[in-house]
Amino acid sequence: MIIHHPILGPRDAQEFVYLGDASLIDRPDGMTAGVEAFHDYLYQRTNPAGEHQELWYHEQGDRSWLVVTRNTVTHEITKVELARDVARARGRTK
Amino acid sequence: MASLQPLTALGKREATAVTHGPLTITERTDVALASVAARKGRMADLSAAAQKAGVPLPGPATHQAGIPYSAFWVAPEMWFVEAPHATHELIADLLKSALGDAASITEQTDAWVAFDLAATDLAPLLERLCNVDFPAVPNGYATRTVMEHLGVYLVKHGPGAARLYGPRSSAESLLHALETAAHSAF
Repeated sequence: MIIHHPILGPRDAQEFVYLGDASLIDRPDGMTAGVEAFHDYLYQRTNPAGEHQELWYHEQGDRSWLVVTRNTVTHEITKVELARDVARARGRTK
Repeated sequence: MASLQPLTALGKREATAVTHGPLTITERTDVALASVAARKGRMADLSAAAQKAGVPLPGPATHQAGIPYSAFWVAPEMWFVEAPHATHELIADLLKSALGDAASITEQTDAWVAFDLAATDLAPLLERLCNVDFPAVPNGYATRTVMEHLGVYLVKHGPGAARLYGPRSSAESLLHALETAAHSAF
């Protein structure tokens, strides 16, 4: 599998480490959002047959975190973004 | 007072040089190394300070040579800077005073072992060791890759010239991997 890194171009998937659902970016504030919201964040995952946003880490490369949009049925990768850009687009500052 | 002798990454007094057929592997102990990472939101300040100080900050996956400072890109807004060890042994301090508080600077000299690889064509060697398409990438290409399970930086200076930075604590293992691949390739 080839992942088209937004900065470095096509890279072999063996250079990357898979973390999981990209909803991990949207961590609720554990002090104010309440137990339910944090419980859902921690334990609830959708398991779609189709398009899925995932976090991949370029461990053997530039160590950037990526958000990869992948079809879990066909394994086709339709979009690769820097997780930093995705988080900033959602209003995060870091 | 104790009289201490500096040792190379391979535990010797002098840098090691190995020749196998057309390939020469030369350990480089005369390079000072430091990492420079822009602090959050300070990239513009860092660019200005680096330009003033003559520190190149090349684009992604590239190496830019200069005197005294050369540099290669390692991550977004982060570089490794090289300089001659004889004049820039305290490279981290020198960069710190040149670049100010726009960047976080870490001494890297003794964290790595540097090997210069020289042959007419390094492709047969490197295609056995890593998944970088060495003949296809341009001169001045710099990337992190894996050789024998070791994370290394590979800098291409020409079809037959490259520099390799590997973890210093695995210097022997990396050299062994290079020699083994050389036996197969040449």
